[in-house]
Amino acid sequence: MAEVGTSRVKRGMAEMQKGGVIMDVVNAEQAKIAEAAGAVAVMALERVPSDIRAAGGVARMADLGIVEEVLKAVSIPVMAKARIGHFVEARVLESMGVDYLDESEVLTPADDLYHINKKEFTVPFVCGARDLGEALRRIGEGASMIRTKGEPGTGNIVEAVRHMRTMQSQIRKVQSMSYDELMAEAKNLGAPYELLEQVHQTGKLPVVNFAAGGVATPSDAALMMHLGADGVFVGSGIFKSDNPEKFARAIVEATTHYTDYGLIARVSKGLGAAMTGLEISKIREADRMQERGW
Amino acid sequence: MKIGVLALQGAVSEHVRMLEMAGATAGAIKKVEELEDLDGLVIPGGESTAISKLMHKYGFMEAVRQFAEEGKAIFGTCAGAILLANRINGQEDVHLGLMDMKVERNAFGRQKDSFEASLPIAGVAPNFPAVFIRAPYIMELGQPGVVLAKYDQKIVAARQGPFLAAAFHPELTDDCRLHQYFLEMVKECSKI
Repeated sequence: MAEVGTSRVKRGMAEMQKGGVIMDVVNAEQAKIAEAAGAVAVMALERVPSDIRAAGGVARMADLGIVEEVLKAVSIPVMAKARIGHFVEARVLESMGVDYLDESEVLTPADDLYHINKKEFTVPFVCGARDLGEALRRIGEGASMIRTKGEPGTGNIVEAVRHMRTMQSQIRKVQSMSYDELMAEAKNLGAPYELLEQVHQTGKLPVVNFAAGGVATPSDAALMMHLGADGVFVGSGIFKSDNPEKFARAIVEATTHYTDYGLIARVSKGLGAAMTGLEISKIREADRMQERGW
Repeated sequence: MKIGVLALQGAVSEHVRMLEMAGATAGAIKKVEELEDLDGLVIPGGESTAISKLMHKYGFMEAVRQFAEEGKAIFGTCAGAILLANRINGQEDVHLGLMDMKVERNAFGRQKDSFEASLPIAGVAPNFPAVFIRAPYIMELGQPGVVLAKYDQKIVAARQGPFLAAAFHPELTDDCRLHQYFLEMVKECSKI
């Protein structure tokens, strides 16, 4: 008998995205550009994060007309974002055939206490995390893929680097611990014990871990791959740059060949200006998206 | 026996792990030069359009065709099978075009329709745990081809000379019997 929505099918889908770039798009035309550039998936949005940041107000699930337009435009997987805790937005997007849901801090949270119980869904979820505890809490709720939160819409890689380094360092620490220390560490991190035990045994997260939140250049993407990312999300970085097609292709190549610096130099030449960046300290604490969720 | 896994994008480490479990020496291949000392090649699952773009960009199309011309065995899973096919339903462009078969992409639906099922594979296993993720299937298999497995009347695994194609992902399981089957093919092809 065929079984849909199993953990293996949901996590496996994320495995197929490894080494690839997932790009934010706001219409069919951008989705086609992303696909042609070699994106492994697109994230259908109403506005890219930097525009959400600029617009202020409440950011909700995208206009479903846009989601449908993007679903029809490309043959690669299509992702979409639901607000943290908004399981109805998630169900609606699932019913439309979206391939992967992002329970995302880029949108205004709908629930300040609880995230979505993602285990009940057939469609897989990706969630943001700043450290190992947060990643394992989301996996405990059923997330099949993790990404760093970074600070979305800034074009500033520093927060994504911090989150990835924190996670990798905590993973190394947990791996080297004795069994006796694991329960206390689970308490410290606020992580489910069984998942922490898996990290201890395997030395990695039980799901794929991408970088997101501030990737703006091919070198940024390669940097995140070096730090242990399995792949990269690029939000505003592509369609807010001078030349989206070139940027998209260059970021794809730099992600694949992240150790080949000559190649990264070649693909980075003549790209034009990257998106305008934002200094993190200039963002009011209340406006920092990474603080959303827990 | 040395097997390479094309590592431009997709589930590379999983294949390396399975090949090692099946008894081969395996490694990730990112440059065409690295094809030279291989006995066989695996093209993994991933996104076929993304992998294809990168193959074109780095000269892998010609290099892998040359590899095949030398009679060496190639195993494509999911996206890898699409890359091997010489006909793709509904589109004119094909990728490597090495294996005479017509494939349909995303043939079982979108991700929410992705599934796993126990599958009999001829000469491999009566009960293989097959994981289908936005999987293709083989609509037509040219001669001389051997159908190895069907699911719901659809061909989902086949061999044709030195080529092996699976619509599902054996690399996502702990069952290395299909990889062992491929290693036997490699031995036959290279007379190791």
